[in-house]
Amino acid sequence: MVTVSLDIQILLASLLFLMGLVGLLVRRNIIFMLMSIEIMLNSAGLVFVIAGAHWIQTDGQVMFIFILAIAASEVSVGLALILQMYHHYKTLDADAMNKLKDKTTES
Amino acid sequence: MTALIALIPGIPLLGFLVIALFGKLLGRRAVSFLGAGSVTLSAVLMIIVGIAFIISPPADGAYTVTLWHWLTAGGFRAAITLRLDTLALVFVFVITFVGALIHIYSVEHMADDKGIIRFFAYMNLFVGSMLLLVLAGNLLLLYLGWEGVGLCSYLLIGFWYKDPANGYAARKAFIVTRVGDTAMIIGLFLLYVNLGTLNIQDLMQQASLKWVAGSPPAVASAALLLGGALGKSAQLPLQTWLPDAMAGPSPVSALIHAATMVTAGVYLIARTNVLFTLAPAVQMTVAIIGAVTLLVAGLAALGQHDLKRVLAYSTISQIGYMFLALGIGAWSAAIFHFMIHAFFKALLFLAGGIVIVALDDEHDIFKMGGLIKKLPVTFITFLIGSASLAALPLVTAGFYSKDQILWYAWSSEHGSPWLWLAGLVGALLTSLYTFRMVFIAFFGEAKTAITRKPGLTTLIPVSILATLSVIGGFVGLPGNMGNFHPFSTFVDKTLPHVVMNPGMHMETFFQVISGIVSLAGIYAAYVLFLKRKGFAEAFRRSAVSIFLYMGLGFDWLYDRLFVRPVVWLSEIDKEDFIDLFYSGIAAVTGFMHSVMTRTQTGRLRWYVMAISIGVVLVVTIILYL
Repeated sequence: MVTVSLDIQILLASLLFLMGLVGLLVRRNIIFMLMSIEIMLNSAGLVFVIAGAHWIQTDGQVMFIFILAIAASEVSVGLALILQMYHHYKTLDADAMNKLKDKTTES
Repeated sequence: MTALIALIPGIPLLGFLVIALFGKLLGRRAVSFLGAGSVTLSAVLMIIVGIAFIISPPADGAYTVTLWHWLTAGGFRAAITLRLDTLALVFVFVITFVGALIHIYSVEHMADDKGIIRFFAYMNLFVGSMLLLVLAGNLLLLYLGWEGVGLCSYLLIGFWYKDPANGYAARKAFIVTRVGDTAMIIGLFLLYVNLGTLNIQDLMQQASLKWVAGSPPAVASAALLLGGALGKSAQLPLQTWLPDAMAGPSPVSALIHAATMVTAGVYLIARTNVLFTLAPAVQMTVAIIGAVTLLVAGLAALGQHDLKRVLAYSTISQIGYMFLALGIGAWSAAIFHFMIHAFFKALLFLAGGIVIVALDDEHDIFKMGGLIKKLPVTFITFLIGSASLAALPLVTAGFYSKDQILWYAWSSEHGSPWLWLAGLVGALLTSLYTFRMVFIAFFGEAKTAITRKPGLTTLIPVSILATLSVIGGFVGLPGNMGNFHPFSTFVDKTLPHVVMNPGMHMETFFQVISGIVSLAGIYAAYVLFLKRKGFAEAFRRSAVSIFLYMGLGFDWLYDRLFVRPVVWLSEIDKEDFIDLFYSGIAAVTGFMHSVMTRTQTGRLRWYVMAISIGVVLVVTIILYL
């Protein structure tokens, strides 16, 4: 069994989080933005697992299960919203939705 | 018995609550029945209590009921205490009895008015407050009733609120009387600080024990109470509100602005007579103010065109007579004139109200005329009221009450020939303006068609008042005519006796003089305004008449002296530093708002960026600072 130092493990999680953040910032397609958020969420989960392994506690893995469950429900809500948005605006561009007003009532 | 006394003001107040809360549910007929019924019931109770009072007078001269303790703060205690002595009994009698007649009259008079529910609610509240005022055992409760009637007066003057002029008149009445009320409340504070109680009986006892005549606190408190009385009773210099108060319905003018509320000042002075006796200078002022007011108002009445304004000025003038009587120490004479005045003035306003409604809301006496045959009962009752006001000798009640005042003005200890002369000239003016009004309004040819005949429910109260205006005087016959005066004997149980100068025996002579003056005034009015064609019109257009029409320019003077400077000051002071501070806060807030709106672009990725930068900043700060 190859042991990796804790620093490397945290670095991996941080890289994953940054990738998600950069993806969120540069993408305009809202599905990709949602996926980026998932990556960020999973990087946080990874930190929990790392911490659990480090202190030899099962709590970290338990928390990860929670995070997975939350992510699943969040994605289902998010996808439903994206569907609605697509129906409404016929686009997936996040920047198209910069008004609080409804597009149809806009004069 | 004690429970009945509490019910006398209680029933009208309850009537007000029921009408105000459930008036719309009950409907107009039920409300008029309830409104008139509550006051009538109060009058019946008053008669029962009055008979019991006369048959078995209480040991200390008064029934006292303490209902509950109103407030206790430190050493100060104020109780809801009702105290019924002979003075209060006379006032309660007039308020409930005349009030009931006016309410019954109003049922028909106001039947077509949209606001009849509001009208009866206010009227009941007024009667309740006024009864509270005269029954109050301490000055604080009296002040509650005092302000209550002021409020009702405001509400009822502005009753037809859709016309802005009526709202203006209501505000004017409220603000002008407030000047007096402020003086009065300061007077109450002064009395409490000096004597440690507001209970009227204790107060009078303490005052006569602690203060010598003419000492500064006695003079100051009497002067301040006089200020309140001047405002409420529309005496010089606070008389300008009463003529404008005629904007309200006629029953309101009859009840509030003639018979009861405006005499609250007379009641206050009579009630606190010990204070005024301790302050001879102030008491002298009362007499002088009364004398000047009765002349000023009598002159102003000569120039009026509006039937109700003539009556309003005559009210001011007659209350001037009451003040004159109070000032010379003829306490019971003032109360006697108050009662008789309430009868004939209520009668004149109610009969005048019939005329005004019959002519489709025509107030101008020059557009009336020829009413004798068309409104015979109204004419006869109005004539009786006018005769009583003009003090027609021997047959009218007004003669006996006014003659008593004139006689005491000459013969009492504080009287003087000048006060008597003022009263005599006032009597001449009174009969002159009264019969000018009668001759112009009722005689001659008809100028406006009659649209509505009075019904029985308005004529009966008017007839009862007309009867009282004639026979009411026989309870106070002068010494040389039967010497039958149960009224003053009754009232003198509460008030001090009038002190006469020695060697005054020419009462008959003075009665003849005042009788001749009254008749001369009527004859002069007949010659000038009825016989000489065109004089009335010519006089109306003359400069003198216009000056009199303006109420001798008091409104003009006050407008220049008080209203305009205040308006001008507030105009230039619109943007002082306090306002600048607050408008500065508003400007900064507005600026911050315009800055912050720029950040709210609606672009999701900018928000993410802002959050990320924010998190980095916060983490940096936590880690390295």
